[in-house]
Amino acid sequence: MKRRTLLGSAAALMAMSAMPAFAQDEKLKIGFIYVGPVGDGGWTYQHDLARQALEKEYGDKIETTFIESVPEGADAERALTQLALSGNKMIFATSFGFMDATINVAKKFPDIKFEHATGYKRAENVATYDARFYEGRAVIGTIAGRMTKSNKIGYIGSFPIPEVIQGINSAYIHAKKVNPDVEMKVVWVYSWFDPAKEADAAAALIAEGVDVFMQHTDSTAPLAKAQEAGALGFGQASDMAAFAPSPRIASIIDDWSPYYIKRVGQVLDGTWKSEGTWAGIGDGEVVIGEITEVVPAEVKAEAEALKAAIASGEHHPFTGPLKKQDGSDWLAEGQKATDEELSGMNFYVEGITAPMPK
Amino acid sequence: MIDPIAVFILLLGAATPILFAALGELVTERAGVLNLGVEGMMIGGALAGFAAAHATGSPALGFAAAAIAGVVLSMIFAALTQFLLSNQVATGLALTLFGLGLTAMFGKPYEGVKAPTMMAGPLGLNPMIWLGLLMVPAVWWGLNRSRPGLILRAVGENHDAAHALGYPVRAVRIAAIAFGGAMAGMGGAYISIATVLQWTEGMTAGAGWIALAIVVFAQWNPWGVLAGAWLFGGVTVLQLRLQAAGVAVPVQLLTMAPYLATIIVLVLISARQKYGRSGGGSAPGSLGKPFHALR
Repeated sequence: MKRRTLLGSAAALMAMSAMPAFAQDEKLKIGFIYVGPVGDGGWTYQHDLARQALEKEYGDKIETTFIESVPEGADAERALTQLALSGNKMIFATSFGFMDATINVAKKFPDIKFEHATGYKRAENVATYDARFYEGRAVIGTIAGRMTKSNKIGYIGSFPIPEVIQGINSAYIHAKKVNPDVEMKVVWVYSWFDPAKEADAAAALIAEGVDVFMQHTDSTAPLAKAQEAGALGFGQASDMAAFAPSPRIASIIDDWSPYYIKRVGQVLDGTWKSEGTWAGIGDGEVVIGEITEVVPAEVKAEAEALKAAIASGEHHPFTGPLKKQDGSDWLAEGQKATDEELSGMNFYVEGITAPMPK
Repeated sequence: MIDPIAVFILLLGAATPILFAALGELVTERAGVLNLGVEGMMIGGALAGFAAAHATGSPALGFAAAAIAGVVLSMIFAALTQFLLSNQVATGLALTLFGLGLTAMFGKPYEGVKAPTMMAGPLGLNPMIWLGLLMVPAVWWGLNRSRPGLILRAVGENHDAAHALGYPVRAVRIAAIAFGGAMAGMGGAYISIATVLQWTEGMTAGAGWIALAIVVFAQWNPWGVLAGAWLFGGVTVLQLRLQAAGVAVPVQLLTMAPYLATIIVLVLISARQKYGRSGGGSAPGSLGKPFHALR
């Protein structure tokens, strides 16, 4: 009896020690959690396109799964744990609000590599990646400033976090540059994805006299509203080409595939390291979608010149002289904002009259 | 400054889905049935309505399909509570969860699809806004001035007495549940067809629960339901408008205001009852109680 138990446990031990050897030949399992449904036509849709690009690139070497519509908060931790327990060796958490959940779960699974989008907390096995959306905002801000007839442009914000505030500032600075009379109206909906509320916010902006607006939320509902009211808007995160040529006159597209392909390749060859990546137009991570024929040729040329200047590094969207909303000095003539300043941005630049939510 | 008429027009739109759902629930509750499945029936209507409008290109057919979907879902509730005498609270909650899950599954092909545009009705308002407003006096008249309404209220106040008088308690209740389902379905479809113009999972985002709160806030009176729907709709619209106008608003405070109002109304009513002033609480006497005819 005793000997049998001993034999049994020895066999179990052998099986266990043999497992890593088998794992070498197995596929690399990669998990994703998304904040919205893959059919949102925006943010989550783009992440899922990049996931599909991974499968195409690596074929049999990897296997991907995703969990969609995961609420930010306690549920995210459960979803991440579930992915970790089901054998995923690399996990992408694709929303800012998954930050703490990712860090917590990463602590429990030190041998799993985590990638968190748009966050700022890193660990040995947690890398972060982000895109310089504000570079794209500079380009569409220029178009918005030129296209508005009421001189009122609008912005539908999700949450007042640095990433969104950078976008509002960048859009305003560049709209103002081409149209000194421009005014910026901001509405916060406190959600990344709530089509009904996004539509109501668009309606509120339009009722306030706004005729061109940008959004930093994930659904196409604001564009549908713009279409109804004859206003103009921009594709956000995804091209949203279904609304071209009008109301969608251009778009900011997030292309995550180059980054995902690079990082998965690093896991496969064992060179993956935790680091923070912040790529922009120049790296092909932020792409400006087709500027439609509704936009006059000279405005289109101006926007494309700005895009080229940003891509080459010749122009930084936050270049002094710039003051803060309260009139205090921020950047001196020719001075450029540092990445640290940008990643903690919690103020509007001078000229924006909307109050910053507390 | 903010144009009050523009705000009022936006408010009418924001109030319409909850107005429909709450009027339907009011009739159901006046017949003595508490159906907590409003949210589930709304989301069912939102998907069925969107799918039908998309397939046929006609928003009107969409709303008809939404009403049918609401009735079908409510009949599940009716069969369980009226024939099998299951607990109404638990069954209603189950209906909400069921509706949300079912639509998430069947709604997948409709994600990212656009709805046909709706024709504006009189004064440039959506025809469904007008229908919703007309339903308020219609429901009031039906309940208080018509014979079927009298029977329905009798069934809701005291089902044993109504039964003794020879009224078909069960049939009346099933009809009331069906009416509630149809109204909730159309309210949900207003969100997908008229407000958002697309389908997304869970898009009713709690509107059904607000409708339930409004029925209590309104003290089971259709005009009170209208006031409640305008209060909720008004707060939603106003906070966005104030932000757009550049006014610093405490969003969280405004968002909780309608719920606070409901609690205050409930407290006032129970205080009035406690101190013996009559005419206060008007919850139907048999609300939520199962009925089983022994003879």
